Amino acid sequence: MEAAFAILIGMFFTVAVYLLMSRQLVRVLLGIAILGNAVNLLIFTSGRLLREVPPVIPEALQVPEGTIANPLPQALILTAIVISFSFFAFLLVLSFRAYQELGTDNTVEMRVAEPTGETAPPQGY
Amino acid sequence: MRTVIFRTIAPYLAALMVLFSIFVLLRGHNEPGGGFIGGLIAASAFAIYGIACGVAAVRRAITFHPMSISAAGLFLAGLSGLPSLFTGQPFMTSQWWYVHMLGVEVPLSTPLFFDIGVYLVVVGSISSIALALEERESD
Amino acid sequence: MAASDYSVDLSQAMRMDAVPPGDWLMIAPLVITILGGALCLMARKNTDSQPKIAIIFLTLLVLACAGLLARVLDKGVLTMVAGNWLPPFGIAFTVDAMGATLALTSSIVALAAAVFGINDIDSSGRRYGFYPFLLLLMTGVCGAFLTGDIFNLYVWFEVLLISSFGLLVLGNERAQLDGAVKYALLNIIATTLFLIATGLLYGILGTLNMADIARKTASSGVDGPLMTVAVLYFLAFAMKAAAFPVNFWLPASYHTPRIVVAAVFAGLLTKVGVYALLRIFGLLMPEARLVLSDLIAVVAIATMLTGVIGALAQTDLRRLLGYLVISGIGSMLAGLAMGTGPAMAGAIFYAVHSILVMTALYMTAGVMRGLGGSYSLRELGGLYRASPLLAAAFLMLAFAVSGLPPFSGFWPKVLLVDAALRDGHGWIAGAILLTGLLTTIAVGRVWIYAFWRGGAEGTADGQLTASLAVPREVGGAAVWMPIALLLGLVVIIGLQPEFMMQVAQRGASTLVEPLGYLRSVFGDIVQ
Repeated sequence: MEAAFAILIGMFFTVAVYLLMSRQLVRVLLGIAILGNAVNLLIFTSGRLLREVPPVIPEALQVPEGTIANPLPQALILTAIVISFSFFAFLLVLSFRAYQELGTDNTVEMRVAEPTGETAPPQGY
Repeated sequence: MRTVIFRTIAPYLAALMVLFSIFVLLRGHNEPGGGFIGGLIAASAFAIYGIACGVAAVRRAITFHPMSISAAGLFLAGLSGLPSLFTGQPFMTSQWWYVHMLGVEVPLSTPLFFDIGVYLVVVGSISSIALALEERESD
Repeated sequence: MAASDYSVDLSQAMRMDAVPPGDWLMIAPLVITILGGALCLMARKNTDSQPKIAIIFLTLLVLACAGLLARVLDKGVLTMVAGNWLPPFGIAFTVDAMGATLALTSSIVALAAAVFGINDIDSSGRRYGFYPFLLLLMTGVCGAFLTGDIFNLYVWFEVLLISSFGLLVLGNERAQLDGAVKYALLNIIATTLFLIATGLLYGILGTLNMADIARKTASSGVDGPLMTVAVLYFLAFAMKAAAFPVNFWLPASYHTPRIVVAAVFAGLLTKVGVYALLRIFGLLMPEARLVLSDLIAVVAIATMLTGVIGALAQTDLRRLLGYLVISGIGSMLAGLAMGTGPAMAGAIFYAVHSILVMTALYMTAGVMRGLGGSYSLRELGGLYRASPLLAAAFLMLAFAVSGLPPFSGFWPKVLLVDAALRDGHGWIAGAILLTGLLTTIAVGRVWIYAFWRGGAEGTADGQLTASLAVPREVGGAAVWMPIALLLGLVVIIGLQPEFMMQVAQRGASTLVEPLGYLRSVFGDIVQ
């Protein structure tokens, strides 16, 4: 089962890296979204896949009975999901504003902060 | 979107959703639920109300600016870690108080206040994003 | 149900002994900044009270961090586990001399920035949240320095990253949006790499507590999978620290925001990346550092030289300083590459020096812009006559950043060069000295053009241009006090380096000899 998941995660990373290398900002954003999901799957698989019961303690007991699934990766993924969700929302708005202001979503043409053909500093004293 | 049916039903729907969000918030300590999901439900209630009756009506209804609600939640969540200072335990150790109110034992605890803080942070931040987006649509 | 009602033996899962109130100093930086940030956010419309709230809370932060450092120096490494859960299960805060020193230096810089911001940030910038973002940025920075849990470190990185986004786009100008896109994308990729490495590490070792990781890697050795994780960490944090091949986001973005924001970024953000590298390769995986040390050394030298050569090629003062930030990162990485106690101490000392001096340089650049009307070396000139005091301040900072005595930059370079020569890494020592020389040329040229010559390019030497005859408004105490504070520290550390030397050596000894760190977390069961 882990091997199958590892291949799936590899495919996610492949797609994400391919999209990240694009010049179009929207594609880069999609790459970031897929990258986030790839990481979540990776953490989930690192916690080992088990067909056990959810880690919930029954009403009358103080400790769970028998083996339970590992709850830690789920907590980590929840944190990572919330963070990547807020980052994605921010990036989406930022890219939209940048597109409005700069008139392009091509990262190669975004040269406002670093204009091409800058003059060298004054030489000599 | 502003049909008569939707506009009539939206205030009741929103009120019901806010009520449900508080229910989800309070049951969250031992059962599925909690501040985060409750906050999302409440924020979607405000969003629905905003679509039906306009953003200005929502802003009037919640009195405070959403970011201030968020900040108050952050403040409350930060404070809820502090009571254990006085019992010689580390930060964020949960403290419980059992209050008898009208013949019922009400368990109060610092995780509850932390959860309420999370609820307010989520309500504030998500509804401020939603309201800003709805406002832009109307120009 | 009170805790005593449980039939389970809680001492197997929890620490039962009481926590002394002094240990709360570990948490105080986080609580203070979160509460202060929340108060500032609630006062968002009251733009006059925001700086006051921020300055009060940041002063408290400085006091708390100073108290924490004193306690660490007194009692050794401190640990507090949230909720009293026994490590490695609870989220631990473990503070050693390195973390406490860097937290103290950062909080001083943040206080200086809050004061400088009174003048630099107008009321619209305050409404958009300069002060709340500054305080929450400090939550992230202090949390990263103080935590003892690697996933928690990731969370603090994200807190500081999202606050830095808010600060970076403050003002919404075209160049800012352009810079922010590049900054945001590359930093998000870097933190995602960090998270990937952490997930894999959890898969291999089954723990996230730093002390536990250090214990397990020490007993099991570093095999193939762990080396993969180590290299991923190196890439992720090198990106954060703007080391050589992955440094391009820094010069693309640091010159775009308001100057006080740039000052805070230049001081703090890259150093958090360096701190994480020191922590991971010094404490968690010392064997991986041994394997990678040649690679780290090459990256360090390339970072130093590309940084300073980039600085030599810049006309814009802020971009020039941005390249100097990169060059400083190279010196710290050189300390990590050598990995001996004195070399690590040099890296920690250099980080403290770099935090202070880079922030002060950016602030001084802001004042130069206020006087001369531009950041371009071609258009600046005659500032010596406009403000001799500023000229003196800049010259001192220029000496400090180049590593000349008697300022703070001299001692860490002495430590690093000495450590390099002792270990037979003459080429590292040579690179550090060459970088110092080139830095002197770069900043010396700024001083000569902006302060010493008579006027902007095209004016005859010795004559004042009309615009300078009436100096522009540079602001009062709110501008001078923060610069004086940072400059004062730079001079004091330069003249009296013993205290910093001792603190840096304490920090380095925890990295090289981690027994104290492990015992602080696990008690005396550790051999």
